[in-house]
Amino acid sequence: MALTLTEDQLILRDMARSFFDEKSPVERMRTLRDSRDTTGFSHELWKEMGKLGWIGIPFPEAVGGAELGYGELGVVLSECGRVLAPEPFVSTVLLGGNAVLLGGNEPLQKELLPDVCRGERLLSLAFHEHGRFAPHAVETGATRDGDGFRIRGEKRFVLDGHVADQIVTVARTAGGSGDRAGLTLFVVDADAAGLSVQRTELVDGRNAARVTFDDVTVDATRVLGEIDRGADVLDAVFDRATIGLCAEMVGTFEEAFERTLAYLKTREQFGVKIGTFQALRHRAAHMFGGLEFARSVVRDAQSAIDDGRGDVAECASAAKARCSEVANQIGAEAIQMHGGIGMTDEEEIGLFFKRLKAAELTLGDAIYHRNRFAGLRGY
Amino acid sequence: MSSASLEEFREEVHVWIEQTLPAELRVGLRKDLPKESRRRWISALAERGWIVPDWPVEYGGAGLDRKRAAIVKSELAAFRAPTIRGFGVSMLGPTLLEFGTDEQKREFLPPIARDEVQWCQGYSEPGAGSDLASLQTRAVREGDEYVITGQKIWTSYAHVADWIFCLVRTDPDAPKHDGITFILFPMKQPGVTVSPLKLIDGGADFSQVFFDGARAQAKHVVGPVGGGWTVAKRLLQHERTTDGSSEEGGITGAMKESLVDLVKREVGMEDGALADPTIRQRLAAQEMEKRALGLTMARAMAEARAGQATRDIGSLGKYRWASMVKNEQDIAMLALGTQGLGWSAPGFDERELERTKAWLTTRADSIWGGTNEVQLNVIAKRVLQIPE
Ligand SMILES: Cc1cc2nc3c(=O)[nH]c(=O)nc-3n(C[C@H](O)[C@H](O)[C@H](O)COP(=O)(O)OP(=O)(O)OC[C@H]3O[C@@H](n4cnc5c(N)ncnc54)[C@H](O)[C@@H]3O)c2cc1C
Repeated sequence: MALTLTEDQLILRDMARSFFDEKSPVERMRTLRDSRDTTGFSHELWKEMGKLGWIGIPFPEAVGGAELGYGELGVVLSECGRVLAPEPFVSTVLLGGNAVLLGGNEPLQKELLPDVCRGERLLSLAFHEHGRFAPHAVETGATRDGDGFRIRGEKRFVLDGHVADQIVTVARTAGGSGDRAGLTLFVVDADAAGLSVQRTELVDGRNAARVTFDDVTVDATRVLGEIDRGADVLDAVFDRATIGLCAEMVGTFEEAFERTLAYLKTREQFGVKIGTFQALRHRAAHMFGGLEFARSVVRDAQSAIDDGRGDVAECASAAKARCSEVANQIGAEAIQMHGGIGMTDEEEIGLFFKRLKAAELTLGDAIYHRNRFAGLRGY
Repeated sequence: MSSASLEEFREEVHVWIEQTLPAELRVGLRKDLPKESRRRWISALAERGWIVPDWPVEYGGAGLDRKRAAIVKSELAAFRAPTIRGFGVSMLGPTLLEFGTDEQKREFLPPIARDEVQWCQGYSEPGAGSDLASLQTRAVREGDEYVITGQKIWTSYAHVADWIFCLVRTDPDAPKHDGITFILFPMKQPGVTVSPLKLIDGGADFSQVFFDGARAQAKHVVGPVGGGWTVAKRLLQHERTTDGSSEEGGITGAMKESLVDLVKREVGMEDGALADPTIRQRLAAQEMEKRALGLTMARAMAEARAGQATRDIGSLGKYRWASMVKNEQDIAMLALGTQGLGWSAPGFDERELERTKAWLTTRADSIWGGTNEVQLNVIAKRVLQIPE
C-alpha cells in the first residue's frame, strides 16, 4: 500500500509545482473568468501538459498514454488544485477518457484516446439530469433505429461540454429512472445533428453545459460497454473520477489551509496576532486534522486502483465522503478566519472557497457517499 | 533470522503463534482470560523477546529492526493474542532506552520485558493536571537517597504497582520547568500510602498516592537532576502514540460484539439498509474515521521512515483516537436505547452491560495523557507554530 510518495512521484511533484507556479498562478484563473474566455481554460497549456505526458498518465502506451497510475495522476491533480488550474482533467481524462478506456471498445479507444493524450481532443460525460448526484436516475432515452439508436432527452452539468469534441452520453435503453440496469453509454460527436449545447457558467469560474438531444442518431459501433449494462462501466468510471477529483481537492485544501494559517500569524487585532486566540488556534488544529486525514484516505484510494485491489468502490466513497466534509470545513474556516477581506472578490481565498463547494457537490456529497459506503459494507 | 526475507519471517512468526497460542486466548484484550493459560503464553512470548520485539536482546527484546518488529506486532494483533501494554512496556521502557544509564537499563528493562514488574505513573497532582509543570511533590537529597513528600492523584494501577516513575520537585527556587526531576522508586515501602478512587464506570483502578518520607535511591534519577521535564515530555509522546497508533487500541478492540453487528441487531435492516438512515450515516462515518485514523498513523510512520515527514502527527492522532473511541460508544448507546442504561443484571445482558461500561470508561480517553483541549493547544503551538 503506497501511502508515501515514491522517488519518481516526488520528482513529478516538484516538476508540476514549478510548472504551475510559473504558468498558472491563481490570477490566471481569475483572468479567464473575468474575460469570459470562450474556452474557460487554456488550450495551449493543456497541450503542453499533453507533451509532458501528464494527460496520458492513466492511459495505456498502446493508445499514446504513459501507462502510469493514480499515484502519479494524483500528484499532478493535487498541483492543479493548489493553483485552481481549470484545465479539463475532470471532463476529458477522469470522466470521458475513463469511459472510453473502461468501455472496452477497441476501435473507439484507438480513434479517440491518442488525441486525448496529446491534449488535442476534449471529451466529456453527459450523465446528470438532476441537481443532486444520482448516477442511475436517467430518463434520457435511446431507442433502436435501424443499425443504431436515437437519443432524446436533456442533460445538465456536462463539464466543459461547450468545447468537448465528443460527449459520452448515458441513456436509458431499458427499465425506468433509477434502475441500475438498462443504461447504455454512447459516444456522440459534438457536431451531430439534433444536438444542442448551451454553455453555462459555474460559481467556481468553470463551465458546464446543458445538452439537449433532439433525436440524435448514433451508430451501434459507438456504444461503450454492453447495451443495457452501461452501469458496469459507469460505476467504475465514477469511482476513478471521484478518486482523481479528491486528489485535486487535497491540493486545494493544502493551499487554502496554508494561506489561512499564514493569515493567523500576521493579522493583528487587539494589539496581538489573531492566531493567539485559542478559539482560532483550536479550529486551525481541526483544519490540520481534516487535511491530514483527507490526504491519507485519498492516497489509500489511489493505491487501491493501482494495486488492483477489490475495495476501490469503498475507498472511493470513503475518500469523497471525507473530502466533501473537509471541503466544507476548510472552505468555511478559510473565509471566516479572513474576516471581511475574505468576502471580497479581490482576495483570492474566496476563489478557493467556491472551487471547494463545486468539488464537494460534484460526483456526490458526504451524505451520498456515506450511504453508498454503508451499502457496500452490508448495512 | 536476519537474512530471511520479510515474507519468510512473517510466515515463521505466523506458524509459531499458530502452534503456541491456545484457542481460548484468541479473543483480544479481555480481562477474564484463563489465568494459567495466559501466564504460560506470556512467558513463551517473553522467552522470544516478542513482548518488546524492537528492544535489544540484552535488555530482553528480540533486537528486531522496525519492519520485523512491526510484523511481530501485526501478526499478534491478527490472532487477537493477549500481549502486555503496561506502563513499563509502552512508556518507561522506551524512555529509559533513550535517557537511562547502562546500569539503569540493565536493572529495569529485562523485568519489564518479562512482565515481572508492574509500573505506575506519578505525574498528576491535585493542583497540577494539564498544567503539569506546577507540580509540588518535594524530593530532598539525604546521602545517597532522596526523601519524598507530597501527593499524586489519578495514578492508574497504583494499588497493584511494584514501582513508580515519578515527577518530583528537587529545586523549589528554580523556574517551574527547571526544578523537576524524573525518579524511580518502589511503591511497597513505608511512606507510600495508596487510596483507591471509585470512578463513574464503577471501577477503582486508580488512586490517590500519598508520600510521607518515601525513599528513592539517587542513582535512580533518570536524566539530569532538575532536567526531568524533558524526560517527562518525551515519555508523554510515547503515551500518546500507544493507543492512537493501533487501530483497535484499547477497549474498542475488546468488545464481544462489533459495533456494526450491534447496530444491525438493534436498529434492524430494511431492503439491505439499516432501518434508521441517521444512525446509518453515523455508523458509516465512524467506520471511515477508524479506517482513516489507521491509515494516517501508518502514513506518518512510513513518511518518517522515508524522510518525507512534514508535520508531527502524534497529538493529532491522540485527539482523533480519543474522539473516535468515544463516538463508537455514543453510537452504541443510541442503538441500544434504554437497554444501554442498565447497571447490572438481571434485565440487561452481557453485551449490553459491557457497552454501558465502555461508554463510561471511554470518557477518560479525552482526559488522560493530555486532554483533547491540550492536544489541540500542542498542535497549534508546536505543530503549526502559531505564536502564542
Ligand atoms: C483514566 C485516567 C487515567 C489516568 N492515569 C494517570 C496516571 O496513571 N498517572 C498520572 O499522573 N495521571 C493520570 N491521569 C491524569 C490525567 O493526566 C489528568 O487528568 C489530565 O492531565 C488532566 O488534568 P486534570 O484532571 O487536572 O484536569 P484540568 O487540567 O483541571 O482540566 C479541566 C478542564 O480544563 C481544560 N483545560 C485545562 N487547561 C487548558 C488550556 N490551557 N486550554 C484549554 N483547556 C484547558 C481541560 O482540557 C479540561 O477540559 C489519568 C486520568 C484519567 C482520566
